[in-house]
Amino acid sequence: MPEIPSSAIESSRERPRIGVYVCHCGTNIAGIVDVRAIVEFAAKLPGVVVSRDYKYMCSDPGQALIQQDIAEHHLNRVIVASCSPLLHEATFRRVLSRAGLNAFLLQMVNIREHVSWVHLNQREATEKTKDLVRAAVRRVSLHKPLQKRRVSINPHVLVVGGGIAGIHAALTLAEAGKQVYLVEREPTIGGHMAKFDKTFPTLDCAACILTPKMTAVGSHPRIHLWTYSEVVRVEGYVGNYKVKVRRKPRYVIEDLCLGCQECVTACVYKEAKNPDEFNLGLSKRKPVYLPFPQAVPQKVVIDPQTCIQFKSGKCKKTCVEACGDRKAIDFTQKETIEDIEVGTIILATGFKTFDPVRNPYYGYGRYANVYTSLEVERLINASGPTAGEIVLRDGGQPKAVGIIHCVGSRDANTNRWCSKVCCMYSLKLAHLIKERTGAEVYNFYIDMRTPGKGYEEFYDRLLDEGVHFVRGRVAEVSDWATHPSEKGRLVIRVEDTLAAFVRRIPVDMVVLSVGMEPQPDAQDVRRLFNISCSTEGWFLERHPKLAPVSTFTEGVYIAGACQGPKDIPDSVAQAGAAAAEAMALIDAQFVELEPYTAFISEDQCSGCKTCIPLCPYQAISYMEEKKKAAINEVLCKGCGTCVAGCPSGSIQQNFFEDEEIFEEIEGVLAYA
Amino acid sequence: MRNRDLTPSEKSQATFEPRIVAFFCNWCTYLAADLAGTSRMKYAPNVRVIRVMCSGRVDPQFVLDAFAHGADGVFIGGCHPGDCHYQEGNYKTLRRFHLLKRVLQQMGIEDERCRLEWISAAEAERVRSTINDMVEKVRALGPLDLIPTEEKVSAEEVAV
Repeated sequence: MPEIPSSAIESSRERPRIGVYVCHCGTNIAGIVDVRAIVEFAAKLPGVVVSRDYKYMCSDPGQALIQQDIAEHHLNRVIVASCSPLLHEATFRRVLSRAGLNAFLLQMVNIREHVSWVHLNQREATEKTKDLVRAAVRRVSLHKPLQKRRVSINPHVLVVGGGIAGIHAALTLAEAGKQVYLVEREPTIGGHMAKFDKTFPTLDCAACILTPKMTAVGSHPRIHLWTYSEVVRVEGYVGNYKVKVRRKPRYVIEDLCLGCQECVTACVYKEAKNPDEFNLGLSKRKPVYLPFPQAVPQKVVIDPQTCIQFKSGKCKKTCVEACGDRKAIDFTQKETIEDIEVGTIILATGFKTFDPVRNPYYGYGRYANVYTSLEVERLINASGPTAGEIVLRDGGQPKAVGIIHCVGSRDANTNRWCSKVCCMYSLKLAHLIKERTGAEVYNFYIDMRTPGKGYEEFYDRLLDEGVHFVRGRVAEVSDWATHPSEKGRLVIRVEDTLAAFVRRIPVDMVVLSVGMEPQPDAQDVRRLFNISCSTEGWFLERHPKLAPVSTFTEGVYIAGACQGPKDIPDSVAQAGAAAAEAMALIDAQFVELEPYTAFISEDQCSGCKTCIPLCPYQAISYMEEKKKAAINEVLCKGCGTCVAGCPSGSIQQNFFEDEEIFEEIEGVLAYA
Repeated sequence: MRNRDLTPSEKSQATFEPRIVAFFCNWCTYLAADLAGTSRMKYAPNVRVIRVMCSGRVDPQFVLDAFAHGADGVFIGGCHPGDCHYQEGNYKTLRRFHLLKRVLQQMGIEDERCRLEWISAAEAERVRSTINDMVEKVRALGPLDLIPTEEKVSAEEVAV
């Protein structure tokens, strides 16, 4: 680790010469806080040499101002009162470094997120700002020069989730020469996109653009593809993660299975009886099956819940016979745990669709011909359960189809957010249904949201094609006929808010455009990888605009719909961004960590060992010969729990020393 | 209220603005407070936030120091159990908090003046509602009159 130059230590011991810089942030801060009053107040505080305000402190001229003052006024401490330190602390630390000061002689005061944006009264906001600035001035005088720690980066990457986002991220990284572990929970990669028939607005077939990428993943020499596997444990820190992956038994030895599916044909079940998960139960599969024809890897899987051999142990095992010399079927296979070491992690765990059973008034699960949009995707798909024919459950063809938008989206009773993709995929389904069946298609929408390249044009095209659009949230779907034309059909009741009356529209098929939701286990995954979720349960990005694929845990990135509803182009773009972020770290070969570690003053340590069990990282050990505790700086993550627990006060935390915090406490309270 | 004369204690109650010191962990509650800002939520201006990396860093001495220097309330915010960025720092906080509460009780500091809340990065609304609620409760209790006690006692002794 590079040493702090002794001159830096010397200068920090000199009498503090503090510069205070108050940012207007346009009117964001200056609109509520009396910035001039703060500047005048700060100028009178002990140790303050310069006190200034500026419109945008983070801008180039703002930074230059600080840099110039440091040189001119020989400042050795700097206070910036502006936005949250989580946004611009790094920016201003760089300013100090450029000016030749140690970066940690800076203290930020959060007067935007914590003051001007949350208070309305100018006097109160200004008083609060004064308290915070006073505390910072008192604290910063005690700051010591610190040095960031450098750690090396393991060049291997873990990608979790094999949907389009995970696939794209894995391929990008592998093409750049990195080793990638792609872990997917299902027996095949492909995710939701593999279920679609066409993609909006270009109407190119999803399989044609996805399956080549899937195959590329399966055959790439630098991608370790582990399907039917889940991450169970993550330890370590940026650049050096230790991950445990559970590989569930598929009862088929992947290396030996050729994907010929002779075992499937030979299964003692002549007819497939079990609901096919990939087709959302719209077709049946056997206990031994290939998830779908283009599955990657092309390896069958045996479902122990339905296989006779697992249920009774008395099967004739015709599958094993059919497999013959290849000997790929292994009923004794056990789950295995793989240990891997990676430097960075990309989470692309996707979404789930809203379960419309929660909106009982739309009759899903009660009326046979009410479908979710995803089910209709399968019906339309040429490799789906009906080979692409749109048929009702009784085999008939629909003459009229109603597509209900915003099911489980923009709804105070279920999910408040807009799922972003439903308007466009509803238009796509409307087009495909009309094209294939000639049926009358009605779209029931609240607002038509088509922002995107070529999206509005697609909507215009649909209007020309004669698809009906009714603006209004559907009240109910029922089979209650009040007129002979409604007999045996589904009746959609809706207030047409453009025509201003309530309509009853009889149809044969109802499509519920279900919204996107976080995965049901998103909270568990979040804990596993030590990241946060937004209020809705989507993975939280570090900054919505400036760090959209980073998380608060360094080295862990997010891509695709696990971060929020998004369509395929956006998911792919994010996946590329996440891959680039990971590569930036890998190619830098090292990363700098905050120096907020704890350290022990041996003179004061009584060797009581109170601190040792407090550390979750086993960073503290006991030196028998000296009868003192010692902290391993490499393992310490800088939480400060041991510092607060030390009965003799002999442990301190860099940048959060007791005295620094006491000064801050007393500073905020030292009002006149 | 306006139509009648206020008693002196009511008067001080009416003008009394509680001072509350808060210790927020960097990963959950501090972020939630930032989110409250970006969401432009409005709440009482009585709280001064001090950032620590983990609520586990909050030494009970910090709380006592705050009370000794004129705080009317102390609010500690950390990640939810199981969500700690440092695995289990918040459990350590909780353990210390229970002990600290007993000390505070023996010092005659009311329960509502010291509060520990688990607030995740997403729960900006809880930052707002907790701060407002705490300010109201502490306002109702009145100022924490710790410092002058010594003077009062000696004055009484002289009187005897």
